[in-house]
Amino acid sequence: MGFKVKVEFLGGLDVISNKVREHSLKVPLEEGEATVKDLIELITKSIIADPKDIPVFIEDDTVRPGILVLINDTDWELEGMEEYVLESGDVFTFTSTLHGG
Amino acid sequence: MTEISAKKVKVSALCELCHARKAVMKRPKNLQKLCKDCFYKVFETEIHNTIVDAKLFSPGDKVAIGASGGKDSTVLASVLKTLNERYDYGLILVLLSIDEGIKGYRDDSLATVKRNQVQYEMPLEIISYRDLYNWTMDEIVSCAGIRSSCTYCGVLRRQALDRGAAKLGINHVVTGHNADDMAETVLMNLLRGDTARLEKSCAIITQSAGSPIKRSKPFKYTYQKEIVLYAHYKKLDYFSTECTYAPEAFRGTARELLKSLESIRPSCIMDIIYSGEHLVLAPKKKKITTSYKTNKKKTHTENEVNADGSVSLGRKKQFEDGNRCEKCGYLSSNRICKACMLLAGLEMNRAKVSIDNNTAVDGAAVLTRTLEQLSF
Repeated sequence: MGFKVKVEFLGGLDVISNKVREHSLKVPLEEGEATVKDLIELITKSIIADPKDIPVFIEDDTVRPGILVLINDTDWELEGMEEYVLESGDVFTFTSTLHGG
Repeated sequence: MTEISAKKVKVSALCELCHARKAVMKRPKNLQKLCKDCFYKVFETEIHNTIVDAKLFSPGDKVAIGASGGKDSTVLASVLKTLNERYDYGLILVLLSIDEGIKGYRDDSLATVKRNQVQYEMPLEIISYRDLYNWTMDEIVSCAGIRSSCTYCGVLRRQALDRGAAKLGINHVVTGHNADDMAETVLMNLLRGDTARLEKSCAIITQSAGSPIKRSKPFKYTYQKEIVLYAHYKKLDYFSTECTYAPEAFRGTARELLKSLESIRPSCIMDIIYSGEHLVLAPKKKKITTSYKTNKKKTHTENEVNADGSVSLGRKKQFEDGNRCEKCGYLSSNRICKACMLLAGLEMNRAKVSIDNNTAVDGAAVLTRTLEQLSF
Protein backbone atom coordinates (compact mmCIF):
# COMPACT_ATOMS: atom_id res chain seq x y z
CA MET A 1 0.00 0.00 0.00
CA GLY A 2 1.00 3.55 -0.37
CA PHE A 3 3.13 5.41 -2.91
CA LYS A 4 6.15 7.63 -3.01
CA VAL A 5 6.59 11.33 -3.62
CA LYS A 6 9.64 13.57 -3.49
CA VAL A 7 9.91 16.49 -1.09
CA GLU A 8 12.55 19.23 -1.43
CA PHE A 9 13.46 21.89 1.12
CA LEU A 10 15.24 24.83 -0.50
CA GLY A 11 16.17 28.41 0.26
CA GLY A 12 17.61 27.50 3.62
CA LEU A 13 14.55 25.55 4.74
CA ASP A 14 16.71 22.43 5.05
CA VAL A 15 17.62 23.66 8.54
CA ILE A 16 14.49 21.96 9.81
CA SER A 17 15.42 18.60 8.32
CA ASN A 18 19.00 18.05 9.45
CA LYS A 19 20.32 19.91 6.39
CA VAL A 20 18.91 17.27 4.05
CA ARG A 21 17.40 18.97 1.01
CA GLU A 22 15.77 16.05 -0.78
CA HIS A 23 13.53 13.48 0.77
CA SER A 24 11.73 10.51 -0.64
CA LEU A 25 8.51 10.17 1.27
CA LYS A 26 6.21 7.20 1.45
CA VAL A 27 2.58 8.19 1.66
CA PRO A 28 0.68 5.49 3.56
CA LEU A 29 -2.58 6.11 1.74
CA GLU A 30 -4.06 5.02 -1.56
CA GLU A 31 -3.19 7.13 -4.56
CA GLY A 32 -6.10 9.49 -5.14
CA GLU A 33 -6.97 9.71 -1.48
CA ALA A 34 -4.17 11.90 -0.15
CA THR A 35 -4.06 15.66 -0.53
CA VAL A 36 -1.39 18.24 0.21
CA LYS A 37 -3.04 18.60 3.62
CA ASP A 38 -2.09 15.02 4.40
CA LEU A 39 1.37 15.61 2.98
CA ILE A 40 1.93 18.59 5.29
CA GLU A 41 0.96 16.48 8.28
CA LEU A 42 3.21 13.68 7.12
CA ILE A 43 6.13 16.08 6.72
CA THR A 44 5.74 17.41 10.25
CA LYS A 45 5.72 13.85 11.55
CA SER A 46 8.46 12.24 9.55
CA ILE A 47 10.79 14.85 8.07
CA ILE A 48 11.05 17.73 10.53
CA ALA A 49 13.79 16.65 12.87
CA ASP A 50 12.96 18.78 15.89
CA PRO A 51 9.27 19.32 16.79
CA LYS A 52 10.23 22.84 17.88
CA ASP A 53 10.85 23.65 14.22
CA ILE A 54 7.30 22.82 13.14
CA PRO A 55 6.19 26.48 13.40
CA VAL A 56 8.98 27.37 10.97
CA PHE A 57 7.08 25.34 8.41
CA ILE A 58 3.46 25.57 9.48
CA GLU A 59 1.16 28.34 10.56
CA ASP A 60 -2.58 27.95 11.08
CA ASP A 61 -2.54 24.39 9.72
CA THR A 62 -1.04 25.35 6.41
CA VAL A 63 2.37 26.16 4.98
CA ARG A 64 3.66 29.32 6.57
CA PRO A 65 3.37 32.49 4.48
CA GLY A 66 6.73 33.27 2.93
CA ILE A 67 7.41 29.68 1.96
CA LEU A 68 6.97 29.17 -1.75
CA VAL A 69 5.39 25.86 -2.72
CA LEU A 70 5.85 24.25 -6.12
CA ILE A 71 4.14 21.06 -7.22
CA ASN A 72 6.09 19.50 -10.08
CA ASP A 73 7.69 22.91 -10.63
CA THR A 74 4.33 24.65 -10.88
CA ASP A 75 3.13 27.25 -8.37
CA TRP A 76 0.80 25.41 -6.00
CA GLU A 77 -1.65 28.30 -6.28
CA LEU A 78 -2.42 26.98 -9.76
CA GLU A 79 -2.85 23.44 -8.51
CA GLY A 80 -5.46 23.93 -5.83
CA MET A 81 -3.03 24.45 -2.95
CA GLU A 82 -3.89 22.21 0.04
CA GLU A 83 -6.60 20.45 -1.93
CA TYR A 84 -4.27 19.09 -4.61
CA VAL A 85 -4.52 15.31 -4.85
CA LEU A 86 -1.14 13.60 -4.66
CA GLU A 87 0.07 11.33 -7.43
CA SER A 88 2.89 8.85 -7.30
CA GLY A 89 6.20 10.46 -8.23
CA ASP A 90 5.07 14.04 -7.61
CA VAL A 91 7.77 16.49 -6.60
CA PHE A 92 6.94 19.05 -3.90
CA THR A 93 9.36 21.93 -3.53
CA PHE A 94 9.25 24.18 -0.48
CA THR A 95 11.45 27.26 -0.76
CA SER A 96 11.84 29.76 2.02
CA THR A 97 11.84 33.37 0.85
CA LEU A 98 12.13 34.72 4.34
CA HIS A 99 15.74 35.62 4.60
CA GLY A 100 17.79 38.34 3.19
CA GLY A 101 19.23 38.19 -0.24
CA MET B 1 7.04 16.66 -15.43
CA THR B 2 7.31 19.18 -18.22
CA GLU B 3 6.20 16.83 -20.97
CA ILE B 4 3.68 18.64 -23.04
CA SER B 5 0.54 16.63 -22.69
CA ALA B 6 -1.53 19.06 -24.66
CA LYS B 7 -4.60 16.93 -24.37
CA LYS B 8 -4.50 17.00 -20.62
CA VAL B 9 -4.01 20.73 -20.16
CA LYS B 10 -7.26 22.51 -19.58
CA VAL B 11 -7.77 25.87 -21.25
CA SER B 12 -7.97 27.46 -17.83
CA ALA B 13 -4.52 26.10 -17.06
CA LEU B 14 -2.92 27.85 -20.04
CA CYS B 15 -0.69 30.89 -19.87
CA GLU B 16 -2.81 34.03 -19.99
CA LEU B 17 -0.35 35.79 -22.29
CA CYS B 18 0.59 33.29 -24.98
CA HIS B 19 -2.42 30.96 -24.55
CA ALA B 20 -0.19 28.16 -25.81
CA ARG B 21 1.81 26.76 -22.95
CA LYS B 22 0.82 25.56 -19.52
CA ALA B 23 0.98 28.24 -16.85
CA VAL B 24 3.48 27.51 -14.11
CA MET B 25 3.12 30.50 -11.84
CA LYS B 26 0.66 33.07 -10.62
CA ARG B 27 1.93 36.63 -10.41
CA PRO B 28 1.30 38.13 -6.98
CA LYS B 29 1.07 41.60 -8.51
CA ASN B 30 -2.01 40.99 -10.65
CA LEU B 31 -2.83 37.28 -10.20
CA GLN B 32 -1.99 36.63 -13.86
CA LYS B 33 -1.10 33.02 -14.70
CA LEU B 34 2.01 32.70 -16.84
CA CYS B 35 4.15 30.04 -18.44
CA LYS B 36 7.90 30.02 -17.86
CA ASP B 37 8.85 31.87 -21.05
CA CYS B 38 6.25 34.59 -20.65
CA PHE B 39 7.23 34.96 -17.00
CA TYR B 40 10.88 35.54 -17.92
CA LYS B 41 9.84 38.06 -20.56
CA VAL B 42 7.50 39.98 -18.26
CA PHE B 43 9.89 39.85 -15.31
CA GLU B 44 12.84 41.19 -17.29
CA THR B 45 10.80 43.77 -19.18
CA GLU B 46 9.33 45.23 -16.01
CA ILE B 47 12.81 45.70 -14.57
CA HIS B 48 13.94 47.27 -17.83
CA ASN B 49 10.99 49.67 -17.66
CA THR B 50 11.83 50.57 -14.07
CA ILE B 51 15.41 51.31 -15.09
CA VAL B 52 14.34 53.43 -18.05
CA ASP B 53 11.58 55.31 -16.20
CA ALA B 54 13.87 56.19 -13.31
CA LYS B 55 16.76 56.98 -15.68
CA LEU B 56 19.04 54.88 -13.52
CA PHE B 57 21.87 54.53 -16.00
CA SER B 58 23.61 56.38 -18.80
CA PRO B 59 25.70 54.73 -21.50
CA GLY B 60 29.27 54.15 -20.41
CA ASP B 61 28.39 54.09 -16.69
CA LYS B 62 30.45 51.84 -14.53
CA VAL B 63 28.12 50.22 -12.02
CA ALA B 64 28.92 48.05 -9.01
CA ILE B 65 26.45 45.33 -8.10
CA GLY B 66 26.38 44.83 -4.34
CA ALA B 67 26.67 41.05 -4.38
CA SER B 68 26.11 38.87 -1.36
CA GLY B 69 25.64 35.57 -3.15
CA GLY B 70 22.02 35.53 -1.99
CA LYS B 71 19.01 35.20 -4.27
CA ASP B 72 18.34 38.90 -4.79
CA SER B 73 21.82 39.99 -5.78
CA THR B 74 22.42 36.87 -7.86
CA VAL B 75 19.24 37.47 -9.84
CA LEU B 76 20.17 41.16 -10.10
CA ALA B 77 23.56 40.32 -11.60
CA SER B 78 21.97 37.89 -14.03
CA VAL B 79 19.16 40.22 -15.10
CA LEU B 80 21.41 43.27 -15.46
CA LYS B 81 23.78 41.28 -17.63
CA THR B 82 20.85 40.12 -19.77
CA LEU B 83 19.33 43.61 -20.07
CA ASN B 84 22.67 45.30 -20.65
CA GLU B 85 23.17 43.05 -23.65
CA ARG B 86 19.58 43.04 -24.87
CA TYR B 87 18.98 46.79 -24.72
CA ASP B 88 22.52 47.98 -25.22
CA TYR B 89 22.77 49.96 -21.98
CA GLY B 90 26.50 50.24 -22.51
CA LEU B 91 27.19 49.54 -18.85
CA ILE B 92 30.36 48.18 -17.34
CA LEU B 93 29.21 45.87 -14.56
CA VAL B 94 31.34 44.88 -11.59
CA LEU B 95 30.51 42.66 -8.62
CA LEU B 96 31.28 44.22 -5.26
CA SER B 97 31.13 42.05 -2.16
CA ILE B 98 31.65 42.79 1.48
CA ASP B 99 33.30 40.24 3.72
CA GLU B 100 32.03 41.03 7.20
CA GLY B 101 34.02 38.22 8.71
CA ILE B 102 31.21 35.91 9.81
CA LYS B 103 32.40 32.33 9.89
CA GLY B 104 29.98 29.75 8.59
CA TYR B 105 27.95 32.36 6.75
CA ARG B 106 29.84 34.90 4.75
CA ASP B 107 32.71 32.61 3.83
CA ASP B 108 30.22 30.24 2.20
CA SER B 109 28.25 32.96 0.47
CA LEU B 110 31.44 34.51 -0.91
CA ALA B 111 32.24 31.19 -2.53
CA THR B 112 28.94 31.60 -4.40
CA VAL B 113 29.88 35.11 -5.51
CA LYS B 114 33.19 33.79 -6.80
CA ARG B 115 31.31 31.28 -8.92
CA ASN B 116 29.00 34.06 -10.13
CA GLN B 117 32.08 36.02 -11.17
CA VAL B 118 32.90 33.24 -13.61
CA GLN B 119 29.29 32.57 -14.66
CA TYR B 120 28.54 36.22 -15.44
CA GLU B 121 32.04 37.16 -16.62
CA MET B 122 32.24 40.17 -14.33
CA PRO B 123 35.20 41.38 -12.31
CA LEU B 124 34.82 40.92 -8.57
CA GLU B 125 36.09 43.09 -5.74
CA ILE B 126 35.87 41.90 -2.15
CA ILE B 127 36.23 44.42 0.65
CA SER B 128 36.69 42.97 4.11
CA TYR B 129 35.88 44.50 7.48
CA ARG B 130 39.18 43.12 8.69
CA ASP B 131 41.22 45.07 6.15
CA LEU B 132 39.12 48.18 6.48
CA TYR B 133 38.42 48.37 10.20
CA ASN B 134 40.69 45.72 11.70
CA TRP B 135 37.62 44.08 13.18
CA THR B 136 35.55 41.19 11.94
CA MET B 137 31.86 40.88 12.77
CA ASP B 138 32.66 37.80 14.83
CA GLU B 139 35.01 39.86 16.96
CA ILE B 140 32.55 42.73 17.23
CA VAL B 141 29.80 40.41 18.38
CA SER B 142 32.03 38.75 20.95
CA CYS B 143 32.79 42.21 22.27
CA ALA B 144 29.51 44.08 21.92
CA GLY B 145 27.01 41.25 22.12
CA ILE B 146 24.67 39.75 19.58
CA ARG B 147 21.80 42.18 20.05
CA SER B 148 23.44 45.15 18.44
CA SER B 149 25.11 43.16 15.68
CA CYS B 150 22.86 44.54 12.91
CA THR B 151 23.52 48.13 13.97
CA TYR B 152 27.26 47.73 13.71
CA CYS B 153 27.12 45.63 10.61
CA GLY B 154 24.76 48.04 8.85
CA VAL B 155 26.85 51.14 9.45
CA LEU B 156 30.10 49.39 8.61
CA ARG B 157 28.71 47.79 5.47
CA ARG B 158 27.38 51.08 4.17
CA GLN B 159 30.82 52.64 4.38
CA ALA B 160 32.54 49.51 3.15
CA LEU B 161 30.38 49.49 0.00
CA ASP B 162 31.15 53.17 -0.56
CA ARG B 163 34.84 52.66 -0.12
CA GLY B 164 34.83 49.58 -2.31
CA ALA B 165 33.08 51.52 -5.05
CA ALA B 166 35.44 54.48 -4.64
CA LYS B 167 38.39 52.14 -4.92
CA LEU B 168 37.03 50.90 -8.23
CA GLY B 169 36.35 54.44 -9.43
CA ILE B 170 32.61 53.81 -9.42
CA ASN B 171 29.96 56.19 -8.13
CA HIS B 172 26.88 54.02 -8.49
CA VAL B 173 26.08 50.88 -6.51
CA VAL B 174 22.97 48.86 -7.33
CA THR B 175 21.53 46.57 -4.69
CA GLY B 176 19.04 43.72 -4.82
CA HIS B 177 16.49 45.28 -2.48
CA ASN B 178 13.09 44.17 -3.72
CA ALA B 179 9.48 45.29 -3.35
CA ASP B 180 8.99 43.14 -0.26
CA ASP B 181 12.03 44.72 1.40
CA MET B 182 10.78 48.16 0.56
CA ALA B 183 7.26 47.51 1.85
CA GLU B 184 8.79 46.05 4.99
CA THR B 185 10.82 49.20 5.53
CA VAL B 186 7.81 51.46 4.97
CA LEU B 187 5.84 49.38 7.45
CA MET B 188 8.63 49.48 10.03
CA ASN B 189 9.09 53.22 9.75
CA LEU B 190 5.34 53.66 10.02
CA LEU B 191 5.16 51.49 13.11
CA ARG B 192 8.03 53.36 14.67
CA GLY B 193 6.71 56.79 13.79
CA ASP B 194 9.97 57.47 12.03
CA THR B 195 8.55 60.04 9.63
CA ALA B 196 11.90 61.34 8.45
CA ARG B 197 12.84 57.90 7.15
CA LEU B 198 9.29 57.13 6.03
CA GLU B 199 9.36 59.82 3.37
CA LYS B 200 12.52 58.65 1.71
CA SER B 201 12.05 54.94 2.20
CA CYS B 202 10.50 54.57 -1.25
CA ALA B 203 13.13 56.45 -3.21
CA ILE B 204 14.64 54.34 -5.97
CA ILE B 205 17.90 56.29 -5.85
CA THR B 206 19.39 57.31 -2.55
CA GLN B 207 22.50 59.12 -1.58
CA SER B 208 23.39 59.65 2.01
CA ALA B 209 24.87 62.86 3.26
CA GLY B 210 28.60 62.55 3.23
CA SER B 211 28.69 60.02 0.44
CA PRO B 212 29.65 60.70 -3.17
CA ILE B 213 28.19 57.35 -4.15
CA LYS B 214 24.59 56.88 -5.14
CA ARG B 215 22.67 53.70 -4.62
CA SER B 216 19.72 52.41 -6.53
CA LYS B 217 17.27 49.56 -6.40
CA PRO B 218 16.27 48.24 -9.83
CA PHE B 219 14.10 45.60 -8.06
CA LYS B 220 12.03 48.24 -6.31
CA TYR B 221 8.85 46.93 -7.94
CA THR B 222 9.86 43.29 -8.12
CA TYR B 223 8.24 40.77 -5.80
CA GLN B 224 10.41 38.45 -3.78
CA LYS B 225 8.29 35.53 -4.93
CA GLU B 226 9.13 36.27 -8.55
CA ILE B 227 12.82 36.68 -7.79
CA VAL B 228 12.90 33.30 -6.09
CA LEU B 229 10.95 31.71 -8.94
CA TYR B 230 13.23 33.29 -11.53
CA ALA B 231 16.29 31.97 -9.73
CA HIS B 232 14.66 28.57 -9.38
CA TYR B 233 13.51 28.16 -12.97
CA LYS B 234 16.74 29.57 -14.40
CA LYS B 235 18.67 27.34 -12.01
CA LEU B 236 20.81 30.23 -10.85
CA ASP B 237 23.54 29.45 -8.39
CA TYR B 238 22.67 31.25 -5.16
CA PHE B 239 23.34 30.85 -1.50
CA SER B 240 20.62 30.72 1.11
CA THR B 241 21.36 30.55 4.76
CA GLU B 242 20.25 32.98 7.38
CA CYS B 243 23.01 35.11 8.83
CA THR B 244 24.38 33.56 12.01
CA TYR B 245 23.45 36.75 13.80
CA ALA B 246 19.68 36.70 13.29
CA PRO B 247 17.97 39.91 12.17
CA GLU B 248 16.60 42.28 14.73
CA ALA B 249 13.36 41.08 16.25
CA PHE B 250 11.28 44.04 15.13
CA ARG B 251 12.17 43.62 11.46
CA GLY B 252 11.47 39.91 11.69
CA THR B 253 8.01 40.53 13.10
CA ALA B 254 7.25 43.21 10.51
CA ARG B 255 8.30 40.75 7.80
CA GLU B 256 5.99 38.05 9.13
CA LEU B 257 3.12 40.49 9.34
CA LEU B 258 3.73 41.52 5.74
CA LYS B 259 3.90 37.89 4.57
CA SER B 260 0.61 37.13 6.32
CA LEU B 261 -1.01 40.15 4.71
CA GLU B 262 0.40 39.13 1.35
CA SER B 263 -1.13 35.68 1.59
CA ILE B 264 -4.57 37.27 1.92
CA ARG B 265 -4.04 40.16 -0.47
CA PRO B 266 -0.95 39.74 -2.66
CA SER B 267 -1.14 43.23 -4.09
CA CYS B 268 -0.65 44.76 -0.64
CA ILE B 269 3.12 44.92 -1.14
CA MET B 270 2.74 47.11 -4.20
CA ASP B 271 0.00 49.06 -2.43
CA ILE B 272 2.22 49.82 0.55
CA ILE B 273 4.95 51.10 -1.77
CA TYR B 274 2.37 53.16 -3.63
CA SER B 275 1.15 54.62 -0.36
CA GLY B 276 4.71 55.32 0.70
CA GLU B 277 5.44 57.12 -2.56
CA HIS B 278 2.39 59.31 -2.34
CA LEU B 279 2.64 60.07 1.30
CA VAL B 280 2.98 63.79 1.82
CA LEU B 281 3.76 64.60 5.37
CA ALA B 282 2.85 67.94 6.82
CA PRO B 283 5.83 70.22 6.32
CA LYS B 284 8.04 70.22 9.33
CA LYS B 285 8.17 73.35 11.37
CA LYS B 286 11.06 75.35 10.13
CA LYS B 287 13.86 74.85 12.52
CA ILE B 288 15.35 78.11 13.48
CA THR B 289 18.87 77.56 14.51
CA THR B 290 20.33 80.51 16.21
CA SER B 291 24.00 80.46 15.77
CA TYR B 292 25.53 82.26 18.65
CA LYS B 293 28.36 84.71 18.51
CA THR B 294 27.72 85.60 14.89
CA ASN B 295 26.31 88.84 13.66
CA LYS B 296 22.60 89.21 13.99
CA LYS B 297 21.80 89.36 10.31
CA LYS B 298 23.01 85.83 9.78
CA THR B 299 21.43 84.25 12.80
CA HIS B 300 18.65 82.40 11.05
CA THR B 301 19.43 79.27 9.16
CA GLU B 302 16.33 77.59 7.88
CA ASN B 303 16.41 73.86 7.57
CA GLU B 304 13.66 72.62 5.39
CA VAL B 305 12.93 68.99 4.79
CA ASN B 306 12.95 68.28 1.08
CA ALA B 307 10.50 66.02 -0.67
CA ASP B 308 13.00 63.22 -0.86
CA GLY B 309 13.58 63.46 2.84
CA SER B 310 17.04 64.90 2.69
CA VAL B 311 17.59 67.72 5.08
CA SER B 312 19.61 70.90 5.09
CA LEU B 313 21.30 72.03 1.95
CA GLY B 314 23.94 73.49 4.18
CA ARG B 315 25.21 70.07 4.99
CA LYS B 316 25.51 69.08 1.40
CA LYS B 317 27.57 72.12 0.70
CA GLN B 318 29.74 71.24 3.60
CA PHE B 319 30.21 67.86 2.05
CA GLU B 320 31.14 69.30 -1.28
CA ASP B 321 33.78 71.24 0.49
CA GLY B 322 35.27 67.84 1.19
CA ASN B 323 34.55 67.41 4.87
CA ARG B 324 36.43 64.39 6.08
CA CYS B 325 36.34 62.25 9.18
CA GLU B 326 39.08 63.37 11.50
CA LYS B 327 39.94 59.80 12.37
CA CYS B 328 39.89 57.79 9.20
CA GLY B 329 39.95 60.57 6.64
CA TYR B 330 36.97 59.21 4.77
CA LEU B 331 34.26 61.57 3.50
CA SER B 332 31.80 62.35 6.24
CA SER B 333 29.25 65.01 7.03
CA ASN B 334 30.31 65.02 10.64
CA ARG B 335 33.62 65.53 12.35
CA ILE B 336 33.92 61.85 13.11
CA CYS B 337 32.18 59.41 10.77
CA LYS B 338 29.60 56.99 12.12
CA ALA B 339 31.79 53.95 11.58
CA CYS B 340 34.66 55.49 13.52
CA MET B 341 32.29 56.45 16.32
CA LEU B 342 31.05 52.90 16.68
CA LEU B 343 34.54 51.48 16.47
CA ALA B 344 35.84 53.91 19.06
CA GLY B 345 33.14 52.68 21.43
CA LEU B 346 34.13 49.10 20.74
CA GLU B 347 37.78 49.70 21.28
CA MET B 348 37.12 51.37 24.60
CA ASN B 349 35.07 48.39 25.63
CA ARG B 350 37.66 45.93 24.56
CA ALA B 351 40.44 47.77 26.32
CA LYS B 352 38.47 47.83 29.54
CA VAL B 353 37.84 44.14 29.38
CA SER B 354 41.31 42.97 28.67
CA ILE B 355 43.96 45.42 29.73
CA ASP B 356 44.00 47.59 32.81
CA ASN B 357 45.18 51.16 32.74
CA ASN B 358 45.03 51.33 29.00
CA THR B 359 43.20 54.43 27.94
CA ALA B 360 41.42 54.03 24.69
CA VAL B 361 43.86 55.26 22.18
CA ASP B 362 43.69 54.65 18.48
CA GLY B 363 44.38 51.06 17.71
CA ALA B 364 43.82 49.84 21.24
CA ALA B 365 41.98 46.84 19.92
CA VAL B 366 44.69 46.05 17.45
CA LEU B 367 47.25 46.26 20.20
CA THR B 368 45.19 44.06 22.46
CA ARG B 369 44.87 41.46 19.82
CA THR B 370 48.55 41.56 19.02
CA LEU B 371 49.30 41.10 22.69
CA GLU B 372 46.88 38.22 22.91
CA GLN B 373 48.69 36.42 20.17
CA LEU B 374 52.10 36.80 21.78
CA SER B 375 53.57 33.79 23.42
CA PHE B 376 56.77 33.35 25.31
